[in-house]
Order: sequence, then structure tokens, then C-alpha cells
Amino acid sequence: MLVFLKIYRYNPEAGRTKPSYDTYNVDAQPTDRVLDLLEHIKGRIDGTLSFRRSCAHGVCGSDAMRINGRNMLACKVLVKDLGSQITVEPILGLPVLKDMIVDMEPFFASYKAMMPYLVNEDVPADGKERLQSPEDRERFDDTTKCILCAACTTSCPVFWSDNQYVGPAAIVTAHRFIFDSRDQAAGDRLQILSNHGGVFRCRTAFNCTEACPREIHVTQAIAEVKQAIR
Amino acid sequence: MVQHHQHEVVIVGAGGAGLMAALYASRGVDTAVLSKLYPTRSHTGTAQGGIGAALGNLEPDKVDWHTFDTVKGSDYLGDQDAIEYMCSQAVPVVYELEHMGLPFSRNADGKIAQRRFGGHTNNETKQPVLRACYAADRTGHMILQTLFQQCIKNKVNFYDEFHVLDLLIRDGVANGVVAVELATGDLHVFHAKAVVFATGGHGRIWEVTSNAYAYTGDGVAITLRRGLPAQDLEFFQFHPTGIYRMGILITEGVRGEGGVLVNNKGERFMERYAPTVKDLASRDVVSRAIYLEVRDGNGINGKRYVYLDMRPETVNKYAELDGRKNPDGSAYRATGEQLLSKVPDIVDFARTYLGVDPIKEPMPIQPTAHYAMGGIPTNVHAEVISDAKGSVVPGLYAAGEVACVSVHGANRLGTNSLLDIVVFGKEAGKRAAEYAKGAQYKPLEEDPTAFVRQQLDRILSSAGGERLVNISEEMKMKMMDDVGVFRTAQGMQSAEQKIRELRQRYQKISVDDHGRKFNSDLLNAWELGCMLDVALTTAVSAEARQESRGAHAREDFPKRDDPNWMKHTLAWLEGDQVKLDYKPVAVTKYQPMERVY
Repeated sequence: MLVFLKIYRYNPEAGRTKPSYDTYNVDAQPTDRVLDLLEHIKGRIDGTLSFRRSCAHGVCGSDAMRINGRNMLACKVLVKDLGSQITVEPILGLPVLKDMIVDMEPFFASYKAMMPYLVNEDVPADGKERLQSPEDRERFDDTTKCILCAACTTSCPVFWSDNQYVGPAAIVTAHRFIFDSRDQAAGDRLQILSNHGGVFRCRTAFNCTEACPREIHVTQAIAEVKQAIR
Repeated sequence: MVQHHQHEVVIVGAGGAGLMAALYASRGVDTAVLSKLYPTRSHTGTAQGGIGAALGNLEPDKVDWHTFDTVKGSDYLGDQDAIEYMCSQAVPVVYELEHMGLPFSRNADGKIAQRRFGGHTNNETKQPVLRACYAADRTGHMILQTLFQQCIKNKVNFYDEFHVLDLLIRDGVANGVVAVELATGDLHVFHAKAVVFATGGHGRIWEVTSNAYAYTGDGVAITLRRGLPAQDLEFFQFHPTGIYRMGILITEGVRGEGGVLVNNKGERFMERYAPTVKDLASRDVVSRAIYLEVRDGNGINGKRYVYLDMRPETVNKYAELDGRKNPDGSAYRATGEQLLSKVPDIVDFARTYLGVDPIKEPMPIQPTAHYAMGGIPTNVHAEVISDAKGSVVPGLYAAGEVACVSVHGANRLGTNSLLDIVVFGKEAGKRAAEYAKGAQYKPLEEDPTAFVRQQLDRILSSAGGERLVNISEEMKMKMMDDVGVFRTAQGMQSAEQKIRELRQRYQKISVDDHGRKFNSDLLNAWELGCMLDVALTTAVSAEARQESRGAHAREDFPKRDDPNWMKHTLAWLEGDQVKLDYKPVAVTKYQPMERVY
């Protein structure tokens, strides 16, 4: 099938100082990933087209983009699910550096602010594993799936307008530890998230949940953190 | 502009091996981690099924059994001292990961959950054993996340999106690396007392692969270009169950939970190839069986794939026929919901990429290029060695898939790669830090970036008009056809000739992007050069080995030949020639036997 692609371009170094769009007609298979089309264009038509990618099957989190107006991983959406008109743009709310490549540093800074590591120095005397019931393990299973692709955070209207807001992905990370029965620093994380820029900036738009390629119930996780603070 | 940095230990790569090395090295000395990807993008994150350790949480298991299974799985090419060390460290290192916070799945009693995996057995009953410690079917993701989190906690220095292009060696001693910063295009020299390579594998040289785009063999190519050998490159694992045509991995855990392989006659054909463990035979055995089924016309609809069937009715039918029991002695039965909870990501992949619900329909699969058993030769201390005598390159360490210790020999068992990265990543980090404490910074050469500039300038200044994608596709197809699951002298010779031609054409490669910032066009071209070097060295190493062993299956030499070939290959790349030497296999207590499953 013939696909008409409209792709965002921005590269000040090469004189493309204002965002604009290039268009391409590509002969595609319905089962092609959008990433396959981008690779085709880069390989065959224009090597300057720039985007991040690695695993190509939705696990590494490199290639979050706005595809037909919604945040997705380019490697996890197929042509047949989009039709013959496909628009590809960078995710919103982070500075664009070149084409689909955005500055991820603010995103990872918010992640790091969550104390994103288990706090618990007590280990069993026999050196074996700490015990955790399947129910306690299940309590935070959903938020362990996060791949830090930023699809949720950059779909959030609050994040777009307020760069102090840590965003959904950081809260998902905090949730993963707050609700882990082994962790001892939930109070510290809840304190961080009760501050300005924390969890109460969320206005429950649900964009994050819709955007998550790992199908994490992001909005619910945020609600659970809010509830834990109250 | 060239920028200079100094760190006592520099680690290249931020997957499981690099991060584990970083955690340990940073406890003692100033350490930096350089990675061409953000650390959480590393390929470790795609590992699914589990990490092998004889915890015995559900049924009896022993470190000795794990050791023997690994030796047997390696087709007696693994170094037994290294395998003993790895398997003995498996139990404590899994507990260590749990202590770091890794969210393992749990049994009803709260202990770490374990599942069956190919080639892992109770050595007394010969039946599959519950040894793979797992976190659903995202064990690698959880290892990568947990180690990255620990590195943040311990304030490890990261240089994210710094692509290392060269290793600096002076008077035989490693003293740094050269990297390009993706965001600026600037070259950076990292002056170090010790360097750890943890750069991962090179599965992208084959057409159908489970490997990430990043898996371009940078580490092996860089060391080859610096005159160091590569070991056992002819041994490359094809995982039996990749999604048809796309190569995306479907974990062996699916078969561990009871899934079976089925041909177009509806036959569970593994019964004929591995009567005892059937679908849970070692990966090389299963991949060959699929190829032979397809060759005999038993592919589904006459095509080059078979089905992996994990529908509950199929799982339960064969569990009953096999008399499979739960650890408490009751009959093993699974519901769709239970299977879904054990392998949720697989269900998601099948739905996304195949449009198939694997609880209701079987999945079309074919073998996919998956794992490099070979790589940069090291000893059991992760020290890089430079010859058949085992001479150490001072200051240089390697760990993980890029390294060849060799714990996997001719064929790796599932779950042993995650084990390898944490055990030998830790060893590399500790050893590098110890070495650095007692070492001085060895002065750099006058112009340390000269070799990198020469490589990049040649690509940027070429007007030859060869597009890298053409060379890349031709290489991948040729390697798939002639240096794949089955091999012949004729095929491999034609592959060598083809790769030599492609390396000539590579001299005329030109790129569209001549900018500095995020120039992935240029770096993809550089990576293709790495892949061509590794492909040529692989083809020549493979053609020379006139036997069949593990993943190296020759139609013209179908038998294993211990008297002549129970030895490791060392290969040096000199221009377009590959020079070979051999080194003995370390044998402790397991004499080679015929390998049947």
C-alpha cells in the first residue's frame, strides 16, 4: 500500500531553523512498523532524518514520537492501524534538538528526584532473599513495567504548561517504590511529591494512560499516590 | 574540538554488565560509564525469561547440576573453571539482586519464583528443573532498571549518548578511549587507568535477528582494529522462537510454561529430536530441528516457519501426555489467565506484531539470530587476553556478551546470559578498580584521536556514492544464508568473498548528513564498518572449523570432533585477511560425552 508520510523537520545547524514538514510517499506493507518507514526514508531517501531507536519492539523506550497527533512508540504501531496518511512529530514539552530528537535531560532529572531506588539496608541473616507475598508483589507490578520512554509525561497538558511539574513518569517511578512492601522510604517520596510540582499538579486528563505503550494505568497510579499523601 | 577527561576506571556500555561493573568499581575509585544509548535503552532490557540459579525454591536443585548442564549445553567448549565459578556465584548474586530491590515474581511462600528453561535439568531424573528466577517475562528489564537505580543511588558518573569509537593502548597497556558526543559531534578523550568493555553483541549482521539496532559489534571491531584477537566468533546462537520475519524474541519461558512447537501436520516434532526433554532441549538443537522440519516440507503452509502453541488446551494436552507434575505432586494444568500472567509481554508482542492472541491461536515463529557466544577473549577474572598463552592486556577488561570467558562455549543455555553479565560485570568492576588503585595514568599518545578522525573523515569526504543500506542488506542476507543455522565450506567461502567485496565497496560509502549534531547517518556508517569486520572474522573462523559443535552445524562435517577441535579459536583481522590460532579448553571434571536431550 502507498503511504503518505508527513514528517516534522528541524535542524538549525543545517539552516532549517524553523520547524517545517517534509513529505514522502512510501510503498509499505500493512504490517510495517512506523519505525520501518522512518528507517526506509533515512536509508533510501534522506540520511539526515534523525530519530532515536534501538530495540525496535517496544521495550527500550527510545522512539516515543507523536504519530497522527498521539504519543506512541514508532516501533510499536503498525501501518495498518494508522491508514495511508501518517504524520510524525517529536513529543511535546521537551526542547527539540533535531527532527524527532528532543532533550531528555529534564525528563531524567525528574526521574532522579524521586529517589528511584529501593531503600532498605536490612537483609535476612541467612543472606537469602527477603520474603514478599505474591499479593504484596502484585501491588506494584503495573508500575514496574515503565520503560521511561516519556510518552506519558509529554502527553500531559499540565507538563506542557508548567515545567516545574515532575510529570506522570516520575510519579509512576515513585509509585513503584512507595507500594513495594520491602521499601522504607515511602514517606520521603510522598513528601517530595506533596510539594509544588508534585502529584497535585495532576488534573486527571488521562492522556498519560492513553499514551502509555506499556499499558500502565498511569492515572490510577497517580491517584493512589495522591491518596497515600492524604 | 577535542575535550579531555580523566577517570581512573572507564566503562564502555551501560547494560547489565557495564552497570554491575560500575557499581563495584565506583566503590573504590573514580569511575565513569560511557554509553551510546541512555542506559535504560540497553539491550539487557529485552531479556525476558529469567536468570539461572540453583536456589531450589520449589524443588531440589544443585549448583553442580547447573554447572554440568552449562558444560553440556556448551557442547564441551565452555571453560569448566569459568563455568564452575559462574554457577557457584549464581545463588549469591541472585540474592544480591533481590537485596538491591529487583522485583522478582514470588511463590506462595514469598520466595523468588522459578521456572523451567531449555537445557536446565535435574541431573538424576534428567527432567527439566525449575531454575530460572524470573520477574514475569521482563527479567532483563528489571535487572537493567535495578542496576541503573543502584548506580543513581551511588552517584556513578554517566556520559549518556557518548559513542565510543576507539580504545587507546600504549606499549601494550590500555589507557583510555575516544568517544563522540552525539549531541555536539565533539570528540572526547577519556584518559583512564583501566578500561572495561561491556558493549554487547553483534546480531545485527544477520537478516533475521532479535537484536537491537545498537548491536553492531563495536567492542569486538574496536579491539580487532587495535590488533587484539576475537575468540570463537563462529559460535553464534540462533534462538528457535523469533516472530516470523521480524525476529522479535518469544521467550523460551513460553515452552517452560508448557508451550510446544508444532509443524504443519499438527505434530509436536521435538519428540523426535529430543525424546527426553522435547521442547526444552538446548537452543541449538531446537533451531536445527525447525530448519529440518521446514526443509522436509513441514513448515506451516509450506513457508519457512512453524507454530509455537501456548493455547491452554494444547499446554494441558501435552502436560498430561508427559505426566508433568507440579512441585507438590499434583498434575500440571494451566488456564489462559495463568499463562497470561506468566508471560504478559509475549502476549502483547503477539497481539501487536502478529495480530494473534496466543491464548487462542498459535504463533508463527522461526529461528532468529540472538546471541554471540564468542567475543573479546578474557580469563575468569574478566581480564582481556591477547594470545593462546593467555597473556593479559594490562588495564583492559571485558564482560557480558562482548566478552568470551568462555562460559557458553559453543552454545549458551537460556538464562545464563543474565547470569554472565552480573557475575562477570561484577568481577570486571572489582578487578579494574583494584588494578587502578595500584596503577599510574600512562601518558597518552600525542594525538589520541587521530585514528578516529581518520575513520570518520574518510566516510565524510567520500564521494563514492555507495549507500550504506545496500551494503548492509547484502551482508545480512549473505550471513543468514551461508553463515547461519546450517553451514557448508562452499557457502562460507562464498560468504567470505562477498564480505570482502562489500568491504571494498564500503570504502566508497557516502552519507547525506555532514553536520555535527546527532549525526546518526555518519555513525550508522561507522557501525556498518564494525559489522563488516565482525562478519568477515566470523565467516573465516567458521569455515576453518571442520566439525559440528553447538551452534556451529556443518553439513559437510556433521559430527563433533573432539580430538581435533575441542579448542577455542582466536582470530586476528589484518587488512582483509584473518589469521587464526587456537587455545585449549579448560577441563576440570567433566569429560566430553555424546550430547543428547
